[in-house]
Amino acid sequence: MIGVGKVKQYSNVLDKPLSKGKQEVSLSAFAFLFSELVQYNQTQVDNIAELERRLEDAGYSVGARVLELLCHRDKGNRRETRLLGILSFVHSTVWKVLFGKVADSLEKGTEHEDEYMISEKELLVNRFISIPKDMGTFNCGAFVAGIVRGVLDGAGFPAVVTAHFVPIEGQQRPRTTILIKFAEEVLKREARLG
Amino acid sequence: MAPAGPRSGDAIFASVERVNAELFTLTYGAIVRQLLTDLEEVEEVNKQLDQMGYNIGVRLVDEFLAKSNVSRCVDFKETAEVIAKVGFKMFLGVTASVTNWDAEGTCCSIVLEDNPLVDFVELPDTCQGLYYCNVLSGVIRGALEMVSMKTEVTWARDMLRGDDAFELQVKLLKQVPEEYPYKDDE
Repeated sequence: MIGVGKVKQYSNVLDKPLSKGKQEVSLSAFAFLFSELVQYNQTQVDNIAELERRLEDAGYSVGARVLELLCHRDKGNRRETRLLGILSFVHSTVWKVLFGKVADSLEKGTEHEDEYMISEKELLVNRFISIPKDMGTFNCGAFVAGIVRGVLDGAGFPAVVTAHFVPIEGQQRPRTTILIKFAEEVLKREARLG
Repeated sequence: MAPAGPRSGDAIFASVERVNAELFTLTYGAIVRQLLTDLEEVEEVNKQLDQMGYNIGVRLVDEFLAKSNVSRCVDFKETAEVIAKVGFKMFLGVTASVTNWDAEGTCCSIVLEDNPLVDFVELPDTCQGLYYCNVLSGVIRGALEMVSMKTEVTWARDMLRGDDAFELQVKLLKQVPEEYPYKDDE
């Protein structure tokens, strides 16, 4: 190790004490960074679906880490093993840590047994984003969908997760719904566990 | 109404909307990983991070000026102090100090006491040439260019590379005189 300073040196990141997660940065700092993420990815793709997929991938890697971090710090190295448990973990714990609030709603899809929806009136990543007309249904919430998929997948609940704008009556801006469609195996296991 | 005086970094940070630093840290990590996968060469990643920072700096300076009420700095020394004390604080919630001035007063170091970008980060052997926080140098360069200062910003010390602090060297290359393409009526 080079240098002997007043800052304590750790040879390994795992030796460091885990922060309590109370530190904050300004919302603009995050918004600027997120905007660069989106702009960079725009240069790497030919179409909207591809762009959403790349944002989702970026989110996935965040989600996988968030799961590990929160299970260790907040849940004493335990994680949820039941469907409703993990959904409420995402809706409450994960949301609270990442976005400072519990998500507006968590609902079960009415048409399909395997679908659940987390909705947010003003998703943090969409706060400063307006979608140009020619980009159709593109939703930067794909990043958050990726986070959700990362958390679920890491916990053993593989799912397809997508972000959609849903217009609300009387409101200018639509809300964002994160649609979670669980893999067949998840529902089978859940049924077996009773 | 008399114009309000400059505000301290702490006061601004306390008044702006904030987000959890971990979301910021992990998102930045996702960006760096994506760049490493796409560009493969560490040198290219450094360049791209710097470019992203530059883009951010160009936009961020407006918000900085609007919220800080900082008036024109008399010299580069004051500029550096303002970046360290107000700029870093209001956006990242951390403080920085300015040291190592050269005799001409055109080159100094900004030392970060805390760096939210690097929580959970360790550089693997394959990324030894990576300047992980290169986005920060780009931000400073971009922001200063918008206030007529051409600078060169490089990393002098990097804790991810085994140094004992994060130290950015900021060198003033030239001060671009302000031009008035428009007719000044007042």
